[in-house]
Amino acid sequence: MRRLVPLVLCLAATLPAAAADLNLTVEIPALKVAEYHRPYVAVWVEREDHSVAANLAVWYDMKKADGEGTKWLKDMRQWWRRSGRDQTMPIDGVSGATRPAGQHQLRFTDGKPPLGTLAPGHYELVVEAAREVGGREAQRIAFDWPAKTPTHLSAKGSDELGQITLDLNP
Amino acid sequence: MKHAFVRAALCAVLLLPLAAQAHKMWMVPSATVISGDDAWVTVDAAVSNDLYYPDHFPAQLDQLVITAPDGTTVKPENAATGKYRSTFDLAVPQKGTYRLALVNQGVFANYEVDGQKKRWRGKADELKTAIPANAKNVQVSEMASRVETFVTQGTPSDGALKPTNKGLELVPVTKPNDLMTGEKATFQLLLDGKPAANIKVIAINGATRYRNAQDEMDTSTDKDGKFSFTWPTAGMYWVNASSEDDKTSVKEAKQRRLGYTATLEVLPQ
Repeated sequence: MRRLVPLVLCLAATLPAAAADLNLTVEIPALKVAEYHRPYVAVWVEREDHSVAANLAVWYDMKKADGEGTKWLKDMRQWWRRSGRDQTMPIDGVSGATRPAGQHQLRFTDGKPPLGTLAPGHYELVVEAAREVGGREAQRIAFDWPAKTPTHLSAKGSDELGQITLDLNP
Repeated sequence: MKHAFVRAALCAVLLLPLAAQAHKMWMVPSATVISGDDAWVTVDAAVSNDLYYPDHFPAQLDQLVITAPDGTTVKPENAATGKYRSTFDLAVPQKGTYRLALVNQGVFANYEVDGQKKRWRGKADELKTAIPANAKNVQVSEMASRVETFVTQGTPSDGALKPTNKGLELVPVTKPNDLMTGEKATFQLLLDGKPAANIKVIAINGATRYRNAQDEMDTSTDKDGKFSFTWPTAGMYWVNASSEDDKTSVKEAKQRRLGYTATLEVLPQ
């Protein structure tokens, strides 16, 4: 037992550096509307100059025939301008199908795609949602990377997005 | 007959910007920022008082020149000219920026026959046969005007935006399909390929029917021909510049009238 303590301490000291991560919860609100379509959602990390450091998620209608699903990607207009228009869809490890109303948990690890290795600095996490025959909304959470201590941040959407939480672990 | 009438009226329109600005010529695409590989836009083209409600004359689609991102000229589909507007569809399969232009190069003549005032518009080589030998007080003007708009699928590009070095033309500093409210956009105006200094440029947002004032913004080009606007609201802006000089290529013409118009879409942040 006594021998284990230094070993555990040692692990504790080494592990966090290797496992710095970014945990995200995105809530898609349930909406009482006559015609509901699941929103397109994009999640990305922006540098201070608004350039995109990492695309984390793009949820869109991948099943529509004749590429009709990509026709509406530009409605996420901030994402489209910052990054989307330069991409070829689908984006491996980033894009996926649209998701239903509810809380969606996403976990990203430093050094692994799609987050990759972020240079130390000030960033913004951006979540943008656009819904067919509905509205469009973007929320931003500013953060410093890497986090020195476990950090809990959040933003609250008003229309197309619900609660967004960002937990950073050093 | 109707055609000739329309041409004469259009001609008056094209000459008007120098005087009281009444009619505006424009093209409005259904979208300027496009995603997806099987993308199309549909475009209205007309001359009107209000922006952008066709209420006067249709644009003449024989003047339409569409340049694709790779620099090639492409054809519209389903082109039609109605009472008040022309319309056409355009497939936009290439990634990049397309330039849609109504290019008007010709001559305009005022003259009198037996005391009656007449006017004629056409191509320079038709001038001699078009004006009767007994015409008096013949005044010939050369015209060079462009009415443009831009659409971009994917990443904006410059391949379609090379100037022809004839008349007034716009060279983007800011990409014409990358405009957002609150951001400053800069463009350069060229005259025959050279920076056009000290020319007044105006910008008016669309939907003028639903407000009491034109809310016209104006500025002038600097010594490098550059001008900027910071867009206060989102919308389809009608940007216009006009000028005149005596650098005619038609010997009968003493004066050259120049115009440039672009419809530029500004998106909200």
